[in-house]
Amino acid sequence: MSQSLGVEPTLPIRCIALVGNPNCGKTALFNLLTGARQKVANYAGVTVERKVGLVHLHNGQTVSVVDLPGAYSLTAATPDEQVTLEVIEGRRAGEDTPDAIVAVVDATNLRMNLRLVLELKRLGRPLLVAVNMADVARAQGLKIDLARLAIELGLPVVETVAIKHNGHAQLLAQLEQHLAQPWPSAPASTASASSADLQREVRRILALVAPLAPTLGRFQYRLDAVVMHPVWGLVVLAAVLFLIFQAVFSWANWPMDAIKGAMAAVGDWILAHMASGPLRSLLVDGVVAGVGGVLVFMPQILILFFFILLLEDSGYLPRAAFLLDNLMGKVGLSGRAFIPLLSSFACAIPGIMATRTIANWKDRLATIMVAPLMTCSARLPVYALLIGAFVPERRLGGLSLRGLTLFGLYVAGVVSAMGVAWVFKRVWMKDGYQPLMLELPPYRRPSLRNLAQGLWERAHIFLRRVGGIIFALMVVLWFLSTYPAPPAGWDAAQGPAIQYSFAGMMGHALQWIFAPIGFNWQISIALVPGMAAREVVVGALGTVYALSGVDASVADALSPVIAQGWSLATAYALLAWFVFAPQCLSTLAVVRRETNSWRYPLFMAAYLFVLAYAAAFATYRITLWLGG
Amino acid sequence: MLLSQLSNGAHAVVQRVLPSSADVGAATLRRLGELGFIAGEPVQVLRRGPGGREPLAVQVGETLFALRLLEAQCIEVQAMDVCVN
Repeated sequence: MSQSLGVEPTLPIRCIALVGNPNCGKTALFNLLTGARQKVANYAGVTVERKVGLVHLHNGQTVSVVDLPGAYSLTAATPDEQVTLEVIEGRRAGEDTPDAIVAVVDATNLRMNLRLVLELKRLGRPLLVAVNMADVARAQGLKIDLARLAIELGLPVVETVAIKHNGHAQLLAQLEQHLAQPWPSAPASTASASSADLQREVRRILALVAPLAPTLGRFQYRLDAVVMHPVWGLVVLAAVLFLIFQAVFSWANWPMDAIKGAMAAVGDWILAHMASGPLRSLLVDGVVAGVGGVLVFMPQILILFFFILLLEDSGYLPRAAFLLDNLMGKVGLSGRAFIPLLSSFACAIPGIMATRTIANWKDRLATIMVAPLMTCSARLPVYALLIGAFVPERRLGGLSLRGLTLFGLYVAGVVSAMGVAWVFKRVWMKDGYQPLMLELPPYRRPSLRNLAQGLWERAHIFLRRVGGIIFALMVVLWFLSTYPAPPAGWDAAQGPAIQYSFAGMMGHALQWIFAPIGFNWQISIALVPGMAAREVVVGALGTVYALSGVDASVADALSPVIAQGWSLATAYALLAWFVFAPQCLSTLAVVRRETNSWRYPLFMAAYLFVLAYAAAFATYRITLWLGG
Repeated sequence: MLLSQLSNGAHAVVQRVLPSSADVGAATLRRLGELGFIAGEPVQVLRRGPGGREPLAVQVGETLFALRLLEAQCIEVQAMDVCVN
């Protein structure tokens, strides 16, 4: 299937590519064409998402469809656009050259969208134009003479409504027709055309095809007057964020408890039906605990992504970036960093994956570097344990002291992220100005089909990528904390079995490092398995203090033990440590993947360790000095 | 005058795109053109971000973009009517 550029394709057409401006409804059209039969992966070597699916035609044949990243022009400005260009031109190694291109255009914004179509036409490849969102255009009173458009462009033109059940009927019919006869292609043109030349042609065509230029509805302007207002806009944004946090941390409780319960039941079932031995231990402590540790975050991540997709689909997110750009610019971040950092409150991993939307490499790197400082949900169990054990249940001016402490820990994370970003951009990556040039698309009603499909995709990606990493690490850590076994004749009175294991040895060795910040050997040991996922620290402390049972009961039993055994200074130092907590290996693995280098994850681990140590040291000494 | 000098709500027509400072590279200028900042296109500054300086929400043709001050300073415009102070 790999013909070189400009050669007439052989029949039948087996692979088509969807190309269009960002925000033209291309992905919705792709979802409608391919349904759930799509594969999401990365292009080899770059972290640009690659979506492929199959479309079944009425005559029983199938054609594969590639959804290429949105592009404003064929002169690539971002890695996404670069991939689009290379795939279309057949220059991307390992990718099939599409036999034909479907140019998707937004019917309500032909003025911008047609420039890309004209650029595509000059490639001389088989090309079909899908005028999408035709329903919205009609509702706005815009009449487009599609037959005339086809004549003026010299290309087949169909109308699509990507959010309607059968909105792609014309496109399917056209595809079917061209399976039987050669696809038309315009002669290739090598001379480059400037934007001004293209726009002249667009104006000429528009004058003939849709002489009445559409105007954005009054509704759009009225909504923007509030949503982008310097004061009310920020109030709306704060309310939206509050709602999302509320949802992530309270709606998720029920499904999270259900998953925990199910995992505990599976563990108990194995315990009851298998003879004691290394295999049972691996299954219960390694596999079930490991998989459970990942699965338990699924509800939070899905709820967070539900809101992100909803805001994205509706056109709100770029407005939030507009409001925050100035503020974030003060610490050297782009307004676009808002979305990834928001995601990082659930988990840094989807947050770091979301930095792909930041075109500028240095902006993106700075965002990745501070993402782990957003307090992720995995730290909550640790915070809950320590606050429950050490912070008295008292009320300060109507507010719970415990709640205030938790809030303070979140604020500490955000403030230090701003400080770190500021230092990075000033010292490490000296670079002046970065352009914003962010499109603020019209508000649109989100489509349920897209939401469901987006959530399904995110869940799938999360489980596959992260489940693999955490799962592998859990097995390794299970091995480290199980072997070597305690010597013959050992009994529980001599201390927990884990202290004889590799993890125990590491914990004892680490105590030399952690003693100055007030951590005892039990905490030092617990920090070792805590490298896989932070919340494992709670379970590991339970193991060290020779407790057993499911997670929730461990925390309940542990609270009085540590309240008695640890000083206040130690507890506060551990809280301060966890604000920066460098030890989440899956985050580091994702940074390695997203930056294609070991340099950045190693640097991230080092700087977080230094910050965590310094913060814990200061907290420990100050609390001791204050008499804690 | 420059796009950055228009007051909120003012209409204008793009005259040309030119580098405003050494920080703005050729790639940025080309991209502005590709986004639709092309001679003859109508533009309107709708509003500015909190603080009243940047970013600027600019409508060009039928598309709304957020631009930072430096990008807006690259776009020379001809103010249209009495909206301009």
